[in-house]
Amino acid sequence: MSDPVMKPLTGDASKAISPWRDLWWRFCEDRVALFAFGVVVLLVLMALFAPLISPQNPYDLSGLSLRDARRPPGFVGSGGYTHVLGTDAQGRDLLSAILYGLRVSLQIGITAGAVALVIGTSIGITAAYARGFVEAILMRIVDLQLSFPPILLALVLVALLGQGQAQLVTALVAAQYAYFARTAFGAASAERSKDYVEAAAATPLSARRIVFRHILPNAMPALIVVATVQIAYAIALEATLSFLGLGLPVTEPSLGMLISNGVKYMMSGRTWMSVYPGIMLIILIVAINMVGDHLRDILNPRLDK
Amino acid sequence: MSAPILEVRDLKTHFFTRAGVVKAVDGVSFSVGPGEIVGLVGESGSGKSVTGFSLMGLVDPPGRIVSGSIRLDGEELIGLSWNQFRALRGSRIAMVFQDPMATLNPVLTIGTQMRLAISAHDKTSRRAADARAAEVLTRVGIPEAQSRLGAYPHEFSGGMRQRVAIAIALLHGSQVLIADEPTTALDVSIQAQILTEMRDLAAETGTALVWISHDLATVSTLASRLLVMYAGRIVEQGPVATVLRDPRHPYTAGLLRSLPATAKPGEDLFQIPGSTPSLLDPPPGCPFRPRCQHASEACTTDPPLEVSGERGVRCFHPLRQTVSA
Amino acid sequence: MSALGDTGDGSLHPQGFVHVRDAHKHFGPQLTLGDRIAAKLGANVETRSVRAVDGVSLDIVRGETLGLVGESGCGKSTLGRMIAGILTPSSGSVAVDGAPVMADGKKIDTRVQMIFQDPFASLDPRMRIGDIIAEGPLAHGLTSKAEQAAYVAGYLERAGLDASLVRRFPHQFSGGQRQRIAIARALAMQPEVLVCDEPVASLDVSIQAQIINLFLALQRDLGLTLIFISHDLSVVRHLSDRVAVMYLGRIVEEGPAELVYTAPAHPYTKGLLASVPRLVLDETELVTLEAIEGEIPSPLSPPAGCNFNPRCPLAETRCVRDDPELRLVRPGHLAACHFAE
Repeated sequence: MSDPVMKPLTGDASKAISPWRDLWWRFCEDRVALFAFGVVVLLVLMALFAPLISPQNPYDLSGLSLRDARRPPGFVGSGGYTHVLGTDAQGRDLLSAILYGLRVSLQIGITAGAVALVIGTSIGITAAYARGFVEAILMRIVDLQLSFPPILLALVLVALLGQGQAQLVTALVAAQYAYFARTAFGAASAERSKDYVEAAAATPLSARRIVFRHILPNAMPALIVVATVQIAYAIALEATLSFLGLGLPVTEPSLGMLISNGVKYMMSGRTWMSVYPGIMLIILIVAINMVGDHLRDILNPRLDK
Repeated sequence: MSAPILEVRDLKTHFFTRAGVVKAVDGVSFSVGPGEIVGLVGESGSGKSVTGFSLMGLVDPPGRIVSGSIRLDGEELIGLSWNQFRALRGSRIAMVFQDPMATLNPVLTIGTQMRLAISAHDKTSRRAADARAAEVLTRVGIPEAQSRLGAYPHEFSGGMRQRVAIAIALLHGSQVLIADEPTTALDVSIQAQILTEMRDLAAETGTALVWISHDLATVSTLASRLLVMYAGRIVEQGPVATVLRDPRHPYTAGLLRSLPATAKPGEDLFQIPGSTPSLLDPPPGCPFRPRCQHASEACTTDPPLEVSGERGVRCFHPLRQTVSA
Repeated sequence: MSALGDTGDGSLHPQGFVHVRDAHKHFGPQLTLGDRIAAKLGANVETRSVRAVDGVSLDIVRGETLGLVGESGCGKSTLGRMIAGILTPSSGSVAVDGAPVMADGKKIDTRVQMIFQDPFASLDPRMRIGDIIAEGPLAHGLTSKAEQAAYVAGYLERAGLDASLVRRFPHQFSGGQRQRIAIARALAMQPEVLVCDEPVASLDVSIQAQIINLFLALQRDLGLTLIFISHDLSVVRHLSDRVAVMYLGRIVEEGPAELVYTAPAHPYTKGLLASVPRLVLDETELVTLEAIEGEIPSPLSPPAGCNFNPRCPLAETRCVRDDPELRLVRPGHLAACHFAE
């Protein structure tokens, strides 16, 4: 009476193929996206191990000497090593400053993205599951939020809250949670009307279980796509704020701040102080966006069979 | 029988996917005379729909027609350029799909769409086009056709939409009409209306009809000849009533016995053991072999289609006696 | 009015194991604030509601299989969902063994379970099938974590699948197999009533036969009360003890399966049976399907009087004026028609 299971097209017939593994395999099919993913991983590792791999600790003021300031790439400084990318206005090794800056940028971007994800998803899924009045109120607030340019919102909040990491993250979260909320709402609404959710309700299963065990995992793919894009955006937003001098304090420069510091020297030909941090920033944002783009492509629409 | 209007010889349509070659249609031959209704039946994976698409030149990559011949009124279709085929499609050979919204554009009125369909092959004035459209709509059973030209598809019910799709297919008096499960998605009472109408229309206009379906009962109501497909090949063919009453191929017999309509209520239905084969790199031999009670060593080679008179069976051990229905 | 124990003199009759009393389900348009304002200003906004189920009463005997047939818009799926506890009736009640199925908009009785039409959509694509089947029983204390594996294996095998497949995901199975998984999931809740909404409609003929045989086995072995919803008349006839025919939200005929099929009392049933294609086994037979005239009216504006009168060959002025009630035509056989004998 039992009939044999249909042989899946990929993988060993005796193994279960989880949707996540399937996603990974499909992701890897595009070499360019895989390369971009590799770049992101590399940058994250560089940021993580920045203290170990940078030639100099740029925050250690005692190690700086103004005689080394504004030197071009290749300059051998008073510390005895070659400044591969030159030095900045304070005499800091630019390479080290960039690595630490990368660290700060990623830290801020990922934290802001993660917090916005949690807040936005909670709002979106609650609105989708509760429907009715709750949905109307929550989504109107989200819509209102979405009509503000995020940069404007972030500027206003930073002006109000002052400078510092926590304040900056708060401003970024406030500017971005609405995108997560909207995506979560859309994905959750779509899943909510599917048969398997009805089947769960028919068992019956509690609302809590349905939301966390069924709706949320199935909304994850869409949320992951938004998360990658939003993290890139948070990094860019932070860079913008720092460039304007409104981001982090001067003592913990992010990539944006480094660019800002170097801008006044552009005209005199000392371009490296802005250009190298700029290149790093671009690589970071572009790589993350490429990963996000490819994820979005393979997740929707899913062309089965 | 007069010269066939459609002649298919050894058609092979394969899909070249990442996982391998899917031989969706693997050597199909049949012919249809003018005004004849032929039923192409099979379950999912049998290749019946892909056959229909092949006839229309609508096979998209990664699939393509690998070999064979399709002759429409003597003219060879395989190998025609995109533009040459486009000239034929809709005017000499047309198709109706299961979902009428596959044919109808939701943002255009019926009148506009029919006018576009007409002007694709004929240059006429707008008034003449509208008159022709109204005439065909009336013929398929749409009341007050002239005034309905300004309506949008969503203003029609499902059955009406399908009728409009059929009307569009009939606009140029095609020689061959391919219908891919056109009534499957419709209610029983509407289906009955459309079946009768299509049969009468085919007789009236002399259009040959290839009716693709999984439903044996529906096809038997309409068609004069039956072609049973399995795993990309025709395994049995012949006059409808004869094949259904006296199937020769074990698959056809098994299919008939598994219908509730042929069994006593409450009785266990006959089950064809196993499941439909994967069309991905199939092993040689008869595709039905793993599920057949009569299979033998001989069945490891491809059985040829044995034709005697009007009947054909692709089997080394065709059934001799009548299977009680 | 119910077929069970109706003595004809209006005295109380015993309730069925599944008792639906005068159930209604109306779907109103979801009007937003903008719509309401627009309507006030005179814009053409749809305010009518759909009467999906318009006063249905049913009594189903324990262990019986009731086939629910009808075309689109007849309300059979909505009725099925109300019995299964997924939809709250707008008015009326549904009870199983005397106890209501729903309370406060939530389902409270696990004795009714449901099987859905689309085997691809009714299983959570991100859960392993073993977890899908075990989820309900674990949540309701029918099994424990320790016994889960054996529990699930038992139901998988009863549904005709090998127990070693528990760790796989739904997309690794074919349509027929997924439907078996859905059946296993429903059975694992140890239901007494099973509502099946077109469970074989999307399956191939040969797979359909397998699943129908599975239902037959379940009827025999477990004595389940089955409510089998389908538009396929031959499948329903094969499985059902009694059949109820629905049209535009109401039951127009109800009776023993054989009687309804061989001696239908309502013109709609007669028309429906006459328009179903049959296998042609005789080449001299010219099949004429006697189609029912006209289209199914929109459920937003059902006809006055008898719902079927615009399409009915027997219609008279009486039919437009008076809504016929379900009356006994012969013992156990009801029809809602002024002309039913």
